[in-house]
Amino acid sequence: MSTDPLLRCSDVVVTFKQKHSKEPFYAVKNASLDVGAGQIVGLVGESGSGKSTLARAVVGLQRVDSGVIAFDAHQLGNRRTREDRQGIQMVFQDPYGSLDPRMSIRATLAEVIRRHTDLRGKGIDKRCLELMDMVRLPGSLLRSRPAGMSGGQRQRVAIARALSINPRLLVADEAVAALDVSVQAGIVNLLSDLRDEAGLSILFISHDLSIIRTLCDRVSVIYRGEIVEERPCADLFANPHSDYTKALLSAIPRLNGPRSEGLGQGQSLRM
Amino acid sequence: MTTSEAALPSTTLGLEPPTRGRGWAPAWMRRHNLQLWIGGVMLGLMVLAAVAAPLITRYNPTTPDALHTLLGPSGEHLFGTDNLGRDVFTRVVYGTRSDLTIAVVAVVAPFIIGLVFGIVTGYFGGWIDTIMMRIADIVTAFPFFILVISLVFILGNGAWSIFVAITCVSWVAYARLVRGEAMVLRNKEFVAACQAGGISPVRILLRHFAPNVATQALVYSMSDIVMNVGVIVTLSYFGLGIVPPTPDWGSMMADGQQFLAGGYYGLTLFPAAAVIWTSLALSFIGDGLAHALRIDR
Repeated sequence: MSTDPLLRCSDVVVTFKQKHSKEPFYAVKNASLDVGAGQIVGLVGESGSGKSTLARAVVGLQRVDSGVIAFDAHQLGNRRTREDRQGIQMVFQDPYGSLDPRMSIRATLAEVIRRHTDLRGKGIDKRCLELMDMVRLPGSLLRSRPAGMSGGQRQRVAIARALSINPRLLVADEAVAALDVSVQAGIVNLLSDLRDEAGLSILFISHDLSIIRTLCDRVSVIYRGEIVEERPCADLFANPHSDYTKALLSAIPRLNGPRSEGLGQGQSLRM
Repeated sequence: MTTSEAALPSTTLGLEPPTRGRGWAPAWMRRHNLQLWIGGVMLGLMVLAAVAAPLITRYNPTTPDALHTLLGPSGEHLFGTDNLGRDVFTRVVYGTRSDLTIAVVAVVAPFIIGLVFGIVTGYFGGWIDTIMMRIADIVTAFPFFILVISLVFILGNGAWSIFVAITCVSWVAYARLVRGEAMVLRNKEFVAACQAGGISPVRILLRHFAPNVATQALVYSMSDIVMNVGVIVTLSYFGLGIVPPTPDWGSMMADGQQFLAGGYYGLTLFPAAAVIWTSLALSFIGDGLAHALRIDR
């Protein structure tokens, strides 16, 4: 066994061209991040901090300008092979946009399965039922289209699609942000169970610190494209090092006890 | 325990129940999609009449009858006769054959060309989009009728050249429409999910883009048929379209015009009514289709 983590990003840089400037915009600056096998790693940051861009780069949806993304000690390029893609799958934020409205759930799952496995016909049916079971959805939903389904159900389907080809790493980009609180808990539990049962590694991207706290083993804090802190979860919450993390933690609203003044005037005005 | 959940954007709470299709039709009409039914029946009657033309009228649309010219509407001649003694009803019915057929056929090719063009340019974007849309701009730069008329002029009269001329010009509308839809789709997360899943671009375009963008194009094609009827009738009215003596609404109106002063309104009004009837039928169908094919999220 190698000592390399499952996913290793080192000094990843992603830039975008800017309209009114020759200078490129650095969405991700020298970000380094590891996800060990069977680990759930959180990536926290505010909107526009580059967390989604980094996630897309890991999955291969975003080209990387420099730096290394290595999966299972094997370096991944900007063009991914089918095998590369099979190892890392992604769940997206918007459950209403992540499923094709004109495709049945079975067709959605089958498309990916057919691309990556030799399963056909009955084999796909069986696999689809397995997957629905895995994400705690009734198999009868396979025949329906997303239109009548709730956000939570859709997100479970999206997870099923990601799991359909047995990836070893799941990238969840704000996967619960658009859901109701009660539904969120269900999805978070599901992800946690999947890690425990199937040994799935998860890169969990969120701006919600309380979810990160309950779910993750390690946390990376990203700010303006740079990873400012990377530590075990409990440790980070108990004793944040960087100023940004401290501000982030103090911005969590509390029901009881004194409110702390974290992010300045605008924040303290909120109830 | 902290309660940061309270600060979550509760998107799900903001969801309105799916609203039914918005069209010009009142609610009672929309409830059972009556537009589609009314339009379907109206068009069905026309098509039926055109197909069964020899059965519903015993006159020949092109044979003159010098003894019965310029008769008013009667039991014998439903819409009267024209200056050559031909039965106007018969000519209107046979006119459907030529006008409606070309109008419908002339929608198929632009639809397909525009769909492919729009999907490709909308999905890939970048320089492909720039080049392809400049081509579309060149076509758009010419006034529609001027371009069609000059093309027909070059190609000569007749059904085939009308068909080619319309195809050359009207695909652009489909291309623009589909491109817009495709650009919206491109940013949907299910497309990213397909890409992350290693699904090939060709498959993404065929299986995900085409079905999702075709709806709008299909709805538009109904109004495009109406437009084509207008084009064909106009061309024929100017003597550039369907060659006489083949019956056609445009040339009938042109011929009838000279008798308007004499009080023979029917020669012009009946073919005009046929144009309006067709347009109305297809507009109903287009609106009904938009409603029927709509997916609520």
